[in-house]
Amino acid sequence: MARTEGRTGLGPPLPRFPRLPRILHPVFVYAVLILASLFILLPVGWMLTAALKPATAPVFTFPPEWFPTEYWHWQTFRDALFKEEFIRYTANSVFLVVMTVTGAVLSSSLIAFPFARLRFRGKNVLFTFLIATMLLPAPVLLIPQFLLFYQIGWYGTYYPLWVPAWAGNAFFIFLMRQYMRSIPIELDEAARVDGAGYWTIYWRIVMPLCVPVLTVAAVFQFIGTWNDFFGPLIYLDDPEKFTVALALSRLVQKVGTEWNEVMAANLIVMLPVLLVYFFAQDKLIGGIANVGLKG
Amino acid sequence: MKEERVAFLFLIPWFAGLFFFLAVPLVYSLYISMTDKRLISAGKAQFVGLQNYTYMFTSDAFFYKSLFITMKWILLSTPLFLVAGLVISLFLNQKYFGMNVFRTILYIPAVVSGVAVAVLWLQLLNPELGVVNYALIKLGVDNPPYWLEDPQWAMPAVMLMGLWGVGGMAIIYLAGLQNIPPHLYEAATIDGAGAWAKFRHITLPMLSPTIFFLVLNAIIDSLLFFGPLFVLTGGTGGGGPENSLLFYMLYLYRVAFVQGFMGYGTALAWILTILGVLMVIVMIRLERRFVFYESEE
Repeated sequence: MARTEGRTGLGPPLPRFPRLPRILHPVFVYAVLILASLFILLPVGWMLTAALKPATAPVFTFPPEWFPTEYWHWQTFRDALFKEEFIRYTANSVFLVVMTVTGAVLSSSLIAFPFARLRFRGKNVLFTFLIATMLLPAPVLLIPQFLLFYQIGWYGTYYPLWVPAWAGNAFFIFLMRQYMRSIPIELDEAARVDGAGYWTIYWRIVMPLCVPVLTVAAVFQFIGTWNDFFGPLIYLDDPEKFTVALALSRLVQKVGTEWNEVMAANLIVMLPVLLVYFFAQDKLIGGIANVGLKG
Repeated sequence: MKEERVAFLFLIPWFAGLFFFLAVPLVYSLYISMTDKRLISAGKAQFVGLQNYTYMFTSDAFFYKSLFITMKWILLSTPLFLVAGLVISLFLNQKYFGMNVFRTILYIPAVVSGVAVAVLWLQLLNPELGVVNYALIKLGVDNPPYWLEDPQWAMPAVMLMGLWGVGGMAIIYLAGLQNIPPHLYEAATIDGAGAWAKFRHITLPMLSPTIFFLVLNAIIDSLLFFGPLFVLTGGTGGGGPENSLLFYMLYLYRVAFVQGFMGYGTALAWILTILGVLMVIVMIRLERRFVFYESEE
């Protein structure tokens, strides 16, 4: 399963759907894919339409409006950001994203380095153990971790949400170790001859060559932290500290909330992840594909 | 410095994490699950031995209900998503112009926040005003279901929402499909194999590691399913109409964080974990029988 790169679009000729005239085949394929895409996009369009309505216009109409035509009330977004304070929640989420992405990328690469490029006793045993922790289910640790953090006074703070990221992420360590192994070891040996220490090799030689895999990890961590719900839900009690996902779930519950504002807030929550996804798409999907093939 | 010592220096963050965030909570949790620890309590937690576990298995109807709902979800939703994802990926794998545009669109629901998706679907599934029922009425359904307000229809409603995100599976299938060597199909064509035979005897066996991975993931995700459900059931730890959406994690959250029974909640978490590990072991056993691995070249 090594030859995945550069194979996109060169897939096997899939079973042509039987007994269809040749010209109808592309028509059939496009029709199905367009229908599937509409199933995805129409709800998004409906959401945008609802968000762009003023509070006086009904959100639910018959027939439903799939695309904004009549109203372009951008004020709703301003209300969601400032009146409902989503600007603050966004800032909170950004803070956590910065802390977890930095922590996860630095610590995971640090841990992956000896597994990929140094010799030491017990390496194989430790690596097997690392893989095993990847399969360990989170919920057992959830409540005990909560109780521990509670006891050391971390409840209501951001610490439980970002400090663990600095202890490495087993999945990222695995990805980075695979990547680092593909870099020629002669580079390290040459640097050693020139008198470089291991830290210099890690920081100045290996890390710059690892930018692609570091980016994959950073994007995964960004999406993970941004979308995380359970952590903020159990650890944060002060509404001023809420993250976007938590604030959104609270906004829905609030009595008398305007639905156009909820939909605007929803779009605000979705947008950053979508932007990152559009820009890092190929790397992200490559990373996901690797998980599927090697996991 | 010696190479070995350096290696262990680099591993310090990992060891520290294993100790503080894994070993200590693990041991502590075993102890907590045998106490009557509460979130807010005046006195010290009492050691109660295996009482939490015996109560769970002998007298907790909600425990069985949540277990049943979670298993039902795994059995119903996994095959549905697996087949839908495979079908989509087969279409995406056709070599026509603009396929990557469809790929981008179909993957959107898989990256955005599950909570945001649930907030959207809460509106779409509104029984009287939502667009889903509008479409059903247009299609000639006289009494469209009340979805999240009807115990019978609550789980199908969540499945419909899950189907919206099936592009996530399709992308992983697609990677598996594109990894199948074309010469297998060429050889089969020469031997006169039809489309169905190729699918049955080449595509499916070659995809079996991918399918295995997806099933394993689907099971683990189902056991941990929480965020979107929390929103769909009203955001208070409720379980939907007649608790018809009381998935295991939702019940665990209710016990531990709404009612504050930390000891009992931890016991529930341990049973969930043991269940998860057992299911993974069963899956790995099955893998040996059903999954085909191409021999290394």
